[in-house]
Amino acid sequence: MTLPNESITKEDITAHGLTEEEYERVLEILDGREPNLIELGIFSVMWSEHCSYKSSKKWLKTLPTEAPWVICGPGENAGVVDIGDGLAAIFKMESHNHPSFIEPFQGAATGVGGILRDVFTMGARPIANMNALRFGDINHPKTKHLVAGVVSGIGGYGNCVGVPTVGGEVNFHSAYNGNILVNAMTVGLAQQDRIFYSAASGPGNPVIYVGSKTGKDGIHGATMASAEFDEDSEEKRPTVQVGDPFTEKLLIEACLELMATDTIVAIQDMGAAGLTCSTFEMCSKGGTGIEMNLNAVPIREADMTPYEIMLSESQERMLMVLEPGKEHIAQAIFEKWELAFAVVGTLTDSGRMVLLKDGKEVADLPIDPLAEASPEYDRPWVETPKADVVAPDCVAHGDWTESLKKLIGAPDLASRRWVWEQYDHMVMGDTVQCPGGDAAVVRIHDSERGLAITTDCTPRYVKADPFEGGKQAVAETWRNLTATGARPLAITDNLNFGNPEKPPIMGQMVGAIKGIGEACLALDTPVVSGNVSLYNETDGEPILPTPTIGAIGIIDNLDQTATVGFKADGDAVILIGGADTVTDGWLGQSLYLRDLHSIEEGAPPPVDLAQERVTGDAVRALITAEQVNACHDVADGGVAIALAEMALSGDIGVTIDTGSDASAPWLFGEDQGRYLVTCGADEAGDIVQAMTDAGITARQIGTTGGDAVSIAGGASVSVKDLRDLHEGWFPSYMAA
Amino acid sequence: MKSAVIVFPGSNCDRDIAVTLTKVTGHKPEMVWHRDATLPDGLDLVAVPGGFSYGDYLRSGAMAANSPIISDLKKKAESGVLTLGICNGFQILTECGLLPGALIRNQDLKFVCRDVNLSVEQPDSVFTAQYKKSQVIRIPVAHHDGNYRADDDTLQQLEDEGRVAFRYCDENGNVDEDANPNGSALNIAGVLNSTKSVLGMMPHPERLADTRLGGQDGVPMFESLLERLS
Repeated sequence: MTLPNESITKEDITAHGLTEEEYERVLEILDGREPNLIELGIFSVMWSEHCSYKSSKKWLKTLPTEAPWVICGPGENAGVVDIGDGLAAIFKMESHNHPSFIEPFQGAATGVGGILRDVFTMGARPIANMNALRFGDINHPKTKHLVAGVVSGIGGYGNCVGVPTVGGEVNFHSAYNGNILVNAMTVGLAQQDRIFYSAASGPGNPVIYVGSKTGKDGIHGATMASAEFDEDSEEKRPTVQVGDPFTEKLLIEACLELMATDTIVAIQDMGAAGLTCSTFEMCSKGGTGIEMNLNAVPIREADMTPYEIMLSESQERMLMVLEPGKEHIAQAIFEKWELAFAVVGTLTDSGRMVLLKDGKEVADLPIDPLAEASPEYDRPWVETPKADVVAPDCVAHGDWTESLKKLIGAPDLASRRWVWEQYDHMVMGDTVQCPGGDAAVVRIHDSERGLAITTDCTPRYVKADPFEGGKQAVAETWRNLTATGARPLAITDNLNFGNPEKPPIMGQMVGAIKGIGEACLALDTPVVSGNVSLYNETDGEPILPTPTIGAIGIIDNLDQTATVGFKADGDAVILIGGADTVTDGWLGQSLYLRDLHSIEEGAPPPVDLAQERVTGDAVRALITAEQVNACHDVADGGVAIALAEMALSGDIGVTIDTGSDASAPWLFGEDQGRYLVTCGADEAGDIVQAMTDAGITARQIGTTGGDAVSIAGGASVSVKDLRDLHEGWFPSYMAA
Repeated sequence: MKSAVIVFPGSNCDRDIAVTLTKVTGHKPEMVWHRDATLPDGLDLVAVPGGFSYGDYLRSGAMAANSPIISDLKKKAESGVLTLGICNGFQILTECGLLPGALIRNQDLKFVCRDVNLSVEQPDSVFTAQYKKSQVIRIPVAHHDGNYRADDDTLQQLEDEGRVAFRYCDENGNVDEDANPNGSALNIAGVLNSTKSVLGMMPHPERLADTRLGGQDGVPMFESLLERLS
């Protein structure tokens, strides 16, 4: 063996984040030989939490991933689902939390770029972006700066590549003061017979590098993303990558153009851990080896070492394996789009990765043992203790109109217009339902069908009860899709937690995954892709457990959908689902208690998955039969907030009339599995009867009309006042 | 009607304008790559689409204005071939000198994507003939650099010659500061050349020509073109 062996030290091993046991395993794999620094770096990124899922793998395996319509589940770059007509939807959500906290604009921008690449790598044209953002307390000195930076970073990237950003979530909580969350999702559309995978097969086939040149940016980003933050985290700024959406746009067009020819054997983007991870994963899946000439890799700076080339996380790069003799076809396309193109290696049958620089071997590692023998931990965990159920009369309830006014303009409920007007949400000409509704609806180009897309999670529920919270996150996406008339198909999960080496945190993750799994089974929405982000802690303070769920559903006829806004005066408003009460409601973990009474306590509202399914299926049937003209799910802030949102969206008021006094717990309680629908006054009786016959609670709770939200014979709040509060908060917060 | 859409690296509304042209006029435009030396012969209309040509690097539209296709575009436009630049297309037309003025960063420095109201200021052009004078139409904007600027003499000349095609206004047609999404001088949203054969505008008429997408106020522009050209 003639490998350069600048001997490594104990400090090198620790600095690369490997434990003693892990290093023992490295020696085993190398038959007792000490790795050199390049090889150590490769082990380090491949076995980082970010790339290896070593803490979560055991539990992720328990999630349901199959259904007749699932073409490809977790394990590839993104999940693939059959949506009929020979088409497939390809989608995934991924976090870019750590970089976004250090450098919000570039961190968020490259998060969008990375998830776009995961989707178009598989042959899909991206048709929509979404994102779920969690920031710290609104009064924390960094929050505004982070909001402004992340929003402009997401917009700056998505707008330039010309993929509409159609919605998302923005929430605030002090638990995110030191660790914001930036979860980005992309949905793409492909022909089912033109889907591309990453298994590198065929020894002798050429390995091609395309896209941007490799620079010294982002080295060890994956390792950074696998450690807690402390006061020195600012110093990690050089590990944040810099995005170039213009190159990404060219890369999309060039790849899709090449994919229309029969040239590509396998393709994978270079994401976390760059060239290292992409070559290992491709060869491991294809059962091949690779010999790569690092002198051929296009680089930005002359003096890059093999270590830097292999570990750089420069953006907008792809690796592909071509059919032999077809390099010129690819080269012509990439030259047209003015992108770097280089043949960097050849597949072998050795099962090893051999790296050459200046004609000399600089690394020689076995692929399968390294990629597949990555550590898998069964970390100790403790179950989160159950919280008590909070009684509806736990606080003195004030005037409901004041409560409604405060909540409709509260940071977590106020309009996000300030955010989504910075995103081009209409480019590509197919955005049928814009941000602001329950789910976005994007037309399938050149058809009358559509995809509904949403992301959801209620972290305060997950913290109080990880299992119920995990169920609720899935159920809420299902509900949001259903409220547009869509048939939910599948989900992607983006699991954000603190340090898994702490048993209570590990317990949060275990509980949430169990809840997600149970909901996926009950609602028939398998997990087809996902991402895990751990170590979201600063100075030992963890974030709220945040298993963000992204979900898609299919709309077979765009004429049979519902939107949130009231449509006409005099329509009946019907509450469907939940318990048959107008005096009681679930206040534990509600925004009402948190924002108006400073109480973050109690068990979260439970989700009855069987009833959820029955209720949602019935509501969807009402929408597709065009029996209702508006639909909104009841979520944060309860019935009162849902009614106010419908009034604001339609610019029509509503009078609540339940026949008895509407109590604050009923108005603001967050009982699950409920929808509000409207229909002509004459049809209300039939709908209520049909629901009741199906074993679903339903009652007319009011009538639309006027210019205020009011209770019959009681107080009212004008829609205009609600609008001023709802629309006013975000711009005035950001301007202050 | 024979039309072409020029595609630059980074154009991203090329498909949108092609879809709308096809839908309204019944004829598919030819897509022309920016490195081609010439546009097809016998064209009635050239569309320069929105997007981020060359990533907006250097200045929006500045690099595209030096693409190989531009010299033929200028030749054709000067010979009377109708030319429509939307958003980044408008920026490119000002950069290559077919229209006066410049588009600089929005006044509040933020990208803005929303429906805005436009007052039709000049219905006497081949692009606007199917609108009425002072008609208020709703069309989306989506840009970071839409703040129209020109020197006072140029602005005066545009006014005197009736070359302001559209102005940002409120829903009642009032042209005021509150209705101006980007800080443009005199609320200018679109301008014509001296022969009114070249129109540049920041709003996207091609994005609101489909009831499914919430409105049809962009349709009359393409119908105007079709009627005049067929």
